[in-house]
Amino acid sequence: MLRYALKRLISLAVSLLVASVIIFIAVEIVPGDPASYMLGLNAQPDTVAQLREELGLNVSPVERYVSWVWGMVQGDFGTSYTYRTPVAEMIWQRGQVSLPLALFALLISTAIAIPLGVIAAGRRGTGVDVGLSTATQFGIAVPNFWLGIMMVLLFSVSLQWFSAGGFPGWQAGFWLALKSLVLPAIALAVPQAAILTRIMRSSLLDTLGEDFMRTARAKGLSRNQALWRHAFRNALIPVLTIIGLQFSFLIAGGIIIEQVFYLPGLGRLVLQSINARDLIVVESVVMVLVFAVIVVNFAVDLAYAAVDPRLRRRV
Amino acid sequence: MSAAVTRKGFRSRALWIGGVLTAVLVGAALLSYLWTPHDFEAISIPARNQLPSGEHWFGTDHYGRDIFSMIMAGARTSLALALAAVGIAMAVGVPLGLAAAARSDGLLDEIIMRGNDLIFAFPALLVAVLITNIAGPGAFNAILAIAIFNIPVFARVTRGAALSVWTLDFIMAARVAGKGRWRISAEHVLPNLANLLIVQGTIQLSLGILAEAGLSYVGLGAQPPLPSWGRMLADARTMLTVAPHMALFPGLAITAAVLGLNLLGDGLRDWLDPKLRREGR
Repeated sequence: MLRYALKRLISLAVSLLVASVIIFIAVEIVPGDPASYMLGLNAQPDTVAQLREELGLNVSPVERYVSWVWGMVQGDFGTSYTYRTPVAEMIWQRGQVSLPLALFALLISTAIAIPLGVIAAGRRGTGVDVGLSTATQFGIAVPNFWLGIMMVLLFSVSLQWFSAGGFPGWQAGFWLALKSLVLPAIALAVPQAAILTRIMRSSLLDTLGEDFMRTARAKGLSRNQALWRHAFRNALIPVLTIIGLQFSFLIAGGIIIEQVFYLPGLGRLVLQSINARDLIVVESVVMVLVFAVIVVNFAVDLAYAAVDPRLRRRV
Repeated sequence: MSAAVTRKGFRSRALWIGGVLTAVLVGAALLSYLWTPHDFEAISIPARNQLPSGEHWFGTDHYGRDIFSMIMAGARTSLALALAAVGIAMAVGVPLGLAAAARSDGLLDEIIMRGNDLIFAFPALLVAVLITNIAGPGAFNAILAIAIFNIPVFARVTRGAALSVWTLDFIMAARVAGKGRWRISAEHVLPNLANLLIVQGTIQLSLGILAEAGLSYVGLGAQPPLPSWGRMLADARTMLTVAPHMALFPGLAITAAVLGLNLLGDGLRDWLDPKLRREGR
């Protein structure tokens, strides 16, 4: 296990390194001179020169890359050009919206999908199963941002149960802040729940066909007892992997949902920074999001290997 | 017995419903070049924010444009962008997968699969963010972003299936006959993957439409004057209290298109390859 963890850790480090190089090249090298790009076409030469100085563009790209990465390791993400505040501070603040949103959505999706998947597998082939299967087809096809808009229309405009968007901040009170995340989290969760329901169902069906299930029934357990004690726990393993993968989709999917609900999260920050040509913010926020995805996948792999020793041999 | 019948009936229904929805999508896209009920770009301020009527079947938007016509024209943008993205992804991903399978013990396989893992860490939206940062927003950038994200999907599917084809006897016969690894990949392995790739391509097409709509919604995809479902929804979001019907129809169009292609993919899988038809999985 330790050997496996070590190998995965090296591959994690390599992934992060390559990802940071890709992002650095895409953001800082390809657009030409970042300073004149950020200031636009009508910039005065001395303003450009000043910004070049400020951004440290007078040194070679390699040195710039190294100082960018070294800064991030120490928690220094540079200073935003438009907001004039440290990017680390902005990420910290915006992350307080994006991360709870992703976790909330994950919770909802799991809470819907696992029971539905078990029901569909338990009543395989019946009308219930076919009905759930149809529902998941729709769930996968519905764009989450449209679902969000429709929910705003129903719950905010018509029923006025929720506000139509915005975020009061956690200091306004936990429940108030949480309430403003309910609709966005549901919108994010539904398509994921549809996918997860299918996986739960097929994973449980696979497990139900295993020999140890026959043994469990043979020793006198009822169908339900065997299902819950033996099949359910085994079927959960692949489901956990998918939940981990979904977390990364939720982080990225949040970009659109934040836009629908006008939530001041990381996604909205990235979109605003692109429009404002605030390259430092784009660069660092994308890096943080990619970092989150890679680390979550790493953690899932490790957890998976800890549960199922057969996987440790395959690296 | 009855359970199996229900499932089977459901499956063949999937092929039919998916086929019809996809035909409507493609038909609307093609027809929009020749005919739409109204000019989809014609602005008419006096006719703005109208509810659905005999004149405007889906109503009009905040510029008085006919929503039904815009949705027909939007179908071609969605379809064209998704087709281009999936086409590029297949053209790159399939050879990579074949190569990885042909040298499954080698360094090449390792590099290709690790590279794929890395791309998986970049969700399509973040790729689009980076590309937009370089080249500005636009349809081409959306295609590229969706294509890049789809490359690993095709590489993995191809590799997995190609590895099992490599174990078959007729491959051994071809090797004995003196054919090289690459020639066997192209002449014997690839044709055996055709069905699988058609099915996967159909499903990725539906995801491509979904992704394109999302990118256009946040302004990173198709730009005016290209008609786009995602942008129609972005406009609708700002007009929600005044003209709620503007939000309804583009979303239904996206859902129907994605649902249709997904069902078609599922149905095709069962129809083309009975071996894959594992009862009710």
